[in-house]
Amino acid sequence: MANAHHPAAPLGGSLVTPTTLLLAALVLVAAGILAVRFLFGLGAVTNISDGYTWGIWVVYDVVIGSAFACGGYTIALLVYILNKGEYHPMVRPALLASLFGYTLAGIGVIFDLGRYWNAWHIFWPGYAQINSVMFEVAVCISAYIIVMWIEFSPAFLEKFGKKELKKKLSKLLFVFIALGILLPSMHQSSLGSMLVVFGNQIHPLWQTILLPLLYLMTAVLIGFAIVIFEACLSSAGFKRPLEMHLLSKLSKLMIWVLAAYLAVRIGDLLVRGALVRMFEGSIEALMFWIEMGLFIAPLVILASSSARLNPSKLFIAASSLMLAGFLLRINSYLVGYEPPIGWHYFPSVPEILVSVGMIAFEVLGYIVLVRYLPILPGNVETTVAQIRK
Amino acid sequence: MDKNTIESSLNIEALEDRLGISRRSFMKLCAAMAATMGLPAGADAAIAEAVATKQRPSVIWLHFQECTGCTESLLRAEHPTLEKLILDIISLDYHETLFAAAGHQAEAARRAAMKANKGKYLLVVEGAIPTKDNGIYCKVGGQTAMEMLKECAADAAAVVAIGSCASWGGMPSTPPNPTGASSAGEVLGKVIPNIPGCPPNPYNFLSTVVHFLTFGKLPEVDNLGRPKFAYSRLIHENCERRAHFDAGRFAMEFGDDGHRKGYCLYKLGCKGPETYANCPAILFGDVGNASWPVGTGHPCIGCTEKGVGFAKPIHQLAVLKTMYPPVGFPRVIEERGKGATLGATALTAAIAGAAVGAGAMLAKNLGKNVEIQQTTPVEGKQS
Repeated sequence: MANAHHPAAPLGGSLVTPTTLLLAALVLVAAGILAVRFLFGLGAVTNISDGYTWGIWVVYDVVIGSAFACGGYTIALLVYILNKGEYHPMVRPALLASLFGYTLAGIGVIFDLGRYWNAWHIFWPGYAQINSVMFEVAVCISAYIIVMWIEFSPAFLEKFGKKELKKKLSKLLFVFIALGILLPSMHQSSLGSMLVVFGNQIHPLWQTILLPLLYLMTAVLIGFAIVIFEACLSSAGFKRPLEMHLLSKLSKLMIWVLAAYLAVRIGDLLVRGALVRMFEGSIEALMFWIEMGLFIAPLVILASSSARLNPSKLFIAASSLMLAGFLLRINSYLVGYEPPIGWHYFPSVPEILVSVGMIAFEVLGYIVLVRYLPILPGNVETTVAQIRK
Repeated sequence: MDKNTIESSLNIEALEDRLGISRRSFMKLCAAMAATMGLPAGADAAIAEAVATKQRPSVIWLHFQECTGCTESLLRAEHPTLEKLILDIISLDYHETLFAAAGHQAEAARRAAMKANKGKYLLVVEGAIPTKDNGIYCKVGGQTAMEMLKECAADAAAVVAIGSCASWGGMPSTPPNPTGASSAGEVLGKVIPNIPGCPPNPYNFLSTVVHFLTFGKLPEVDNLGRPKFAYSRLIHENCERRAHFDAGRFAMEFGDDGHRKGYCLYKLGCKGPETYANCPAILFGDVGNASWPVGTGHPCIGCTEKGVGFAKPIHQLAVLKTMYPPVGFPRVIEERGKGATLGATALTAAIAGAAVGAGAMLAKNLGKNVEIQQTTPVEGKQS
């Protein structure tokens, strides 16, 4: 994936800093809890039960984790399908974050499987239940993880000087790029289809036949948001200037998609006559208000073009949108999920710490890899270095 | 309906008269047989066509050390069409139980049939063959079972063993096996197609014969000669009580609470986990609705399986060949989950607070960043 604008280069610098040490400590805590989980079972560390079989390890680590990893998908969609070459410098960093997010989502599923040693059954023709939505999600996500590693491999090949191999790969890469756009479109929508299967166990504010579309649209939206969010974070963390010209254009696209999403979402609620449920005095209604508020906020914040040039406002809008996508998933999978009376769920402390450890692992891996591999645009760093002199 | 279709052919109409059954029930039976054997779509029509038109194969049926249960189970099938069909599609030229003739007259009929259909008749063997002391423990018309079997098998188009005795020795071969009872295959020195069971399911036998009639060859068999359509799966795999096994719900003794509730019979010695047969799918011996040993509350004795049926004590635990019970079992009363604990709420609040705080700080610094970008590096956290 050579590009004409900025040849990517390793960032360099020390790997041992207070931040990386803190992240490593959080990862170790999570690993310790997981050791207990694998020795004594899910019941030993989680609050999941027969009524709530999916806790945050599925809903956060997998459903939300993979949505937060949609940066690579959205950027690839822009660059390769809509042919917006100017976003090309964003491909590698976005892809790296996606790679981590998805790989960890794939691994995270294993933590939550009661009989994880049977996990291979899903890929084995004699065992696979090919009519199941879960099958589609599992196969798509695992295929996408492999595809992403291949898409990302030029960075490794550059690092280790395998020029011949990289040349050969780049001829075939278009196939994997196409797959890398097809597969997330399939499984991000299927994460919504899984809820459709739940029927009236999901609160009417969320249960709709359009859930696959809503999930797909929000996955794209989160993809935009996460790219902006990560750009801001790495700008602050690595002391690099922001690529404002790209980010503000990106944010404009983002709010158009957001407007379309809100039209579909509210239109669907109106057509189904479910909108009145937002006025009932329940946790579900409250969470719906917060979710919708977070979706509408970026639209208000980024309405003017001057606001879109303000990195602070961009960052707040992106964070708000990520949180909105997060809440849509939490609300539809957990808050709006209504098992028979008497069942309760709130994540236990160890459950939360494992999810925190996963995030820490992602951030840590990102820091290590951008310092070690050619991922971020290179000449920017030298400019900054010159300025410092 | 088209005149040329199998349903409206004249042959099938003639068959209606011959068997005295409706065309509909005949077609249903053919479809059921095709399905039992796992044959592709269209095979049911081929079967119907073959049954209606083909010349009936001559069958010689030998009885040795057995109880005639196999024959009984064929003749006393619950579905009246079954034995009619069997007797219709084959020309039973020698069968000791069903013969009107007796003594040397019967033997003469057998020899005549063998001569007339040399190389074309189907030989069915029911019962084990004693081999000890030159096989003197079973004689028919002065001939030992060994001699008779070898003589009849020499010119047969195919040899099929029916029942556990002819298939692998069965009950007569139970240790210490005083007569040296052996299977037909052992005596003939080769693997022959066999339908084990005590008694075997008549559908499995009928399907095998019909396959022979329709396609001119016997169905695919495993390394022991058993048709794969009937004997490729363990009883345990498709057992109606399997869910109880997986959940660890077992009847511990006859008449206990679990037994009354229909729990798994594994701990009463059910041999389902080590016995290959299709009983759970088509039930046992065609003797009635829901009627097979496990369905009536008795453990499977493994009658189709050499070394299990009549060899292992009925209440001895079966060897688990493929499925093992889980290590842990569900609790009787499931915990219904806890609400938010103080610690979890505090942690969630702390994380949310830290995220919002860090986000706000970052947003603030980002604003500065743009203003001073050209002169000084960004003030931010070192990562």
